[in-house]
Amino acid sequence: MAKEYGLLIISHVNEIATGLAKLIDQVAADVTVKTAGGTEDGEIGTSFDKINAVLDEFKEDKILAFYDLGSAKMNLEMAMEFSDKEIKLYETALIEGAYVAASLLQADVDLETIEAQLDPLVIKE
Amino acid sequence: MTSIEKVSQWIEIFGEKITANREHLNKLDTAIGDGDHGSNLTRGAAAVKEKAAENDYDNLANFFKDVGMTLVSKVGGASGPLYGSAFMGMAKKAKESDDMAELLEAGLEAIQKRGKADVGEKTMIDEWAPVIESVKAGSFNQDVIDESLESTREMKATKGRASYLGDRSIGHIDPGAQSSAYLFEALLEAGVIDG
Repeated sequence: MAKEYGLLIISHVNEIATGLAKLIDQVAADVTVKTAGGTEDGEIGTSFDKINAVLDEFKEDKILAFYDLGSAKMNLEMAMEFSDKEIKLYETALIEGAYVAASLLQADVDLETIEAQLDPLVIKE
Repeated sequence: MTSIEKVSQWIEIFGEKITANREHLNKLDTAIGDGDHGSNLTRGAAAVKEKAAENDYDNLANFFKDVGMTLVSKVGGASGPLYGSAFMGMAKKAKESDDMAELLEAGLEAIQKRGKADVGEKTMIDEWAPVIESVKAGSFNQDVIDESLESTREMKATKGRASYLGDRSIGHIDPGAQSSAYLFEALLEAGVIDG
């Protein structure tokens, strides 16, 4: 059964993003996790177009997004401005943050509680 | 009055400069970043050239918007959203003004909003801000471009990928400031400011 929130992972490397999704799937099978890793031609980087396309694929209207390095954030923020979805961007360590959020979403924990748990994991400004 | 002909010439010359100096930009970026600034921008410049050739623009706003969107889509990295936002900021401003200083200022604001950086953090902003001041003051020339660029060498990066290096970012020219320097050299050569 799908949850209210979907989870988006953005990394400069496709394998990092898909690897993390694999890790999360183990504890949060019912949470929709999508990834936008690497550039469109599979190189290292992030892509506005790719993030944009992945956002459209979500059935969920609300998305929690996690990213690795600064330029991923910039592309994500641009995509957020173009998207109709309600997207929340978290400045946590990528793996820990996404893992915690997904585990709690799976357990139907409310967003406020999830965010309180994410707070100590914030490592970016 | 800023003419569409001169502005498209500006962007064309910028693309040529980026393409010709691709390796130099990559080298600067290898020292304090991820080494792909020249390659990324060259890809963007080619896409912009293609896009511009497809259309016959009759206003600055549409032209800047296409340049911005193309850069966002094709450049990637941090420079895609940053240059893309700059041109989209200029596009928005161009609907009410064709004053180059005002347009560039709108571009700079968009860069600052996107990158959340300020002057003195060893970024492209350290090229943009002094250049815009000089355009406003009527003293814009090659020296302003060169001196601003050189000033980034001794700065310590506190934003962007180079900030991870801390003190070791000191002693290198910022690649984003260098590509911006090409942008403003192109602005001079196209004669946009005097136009």
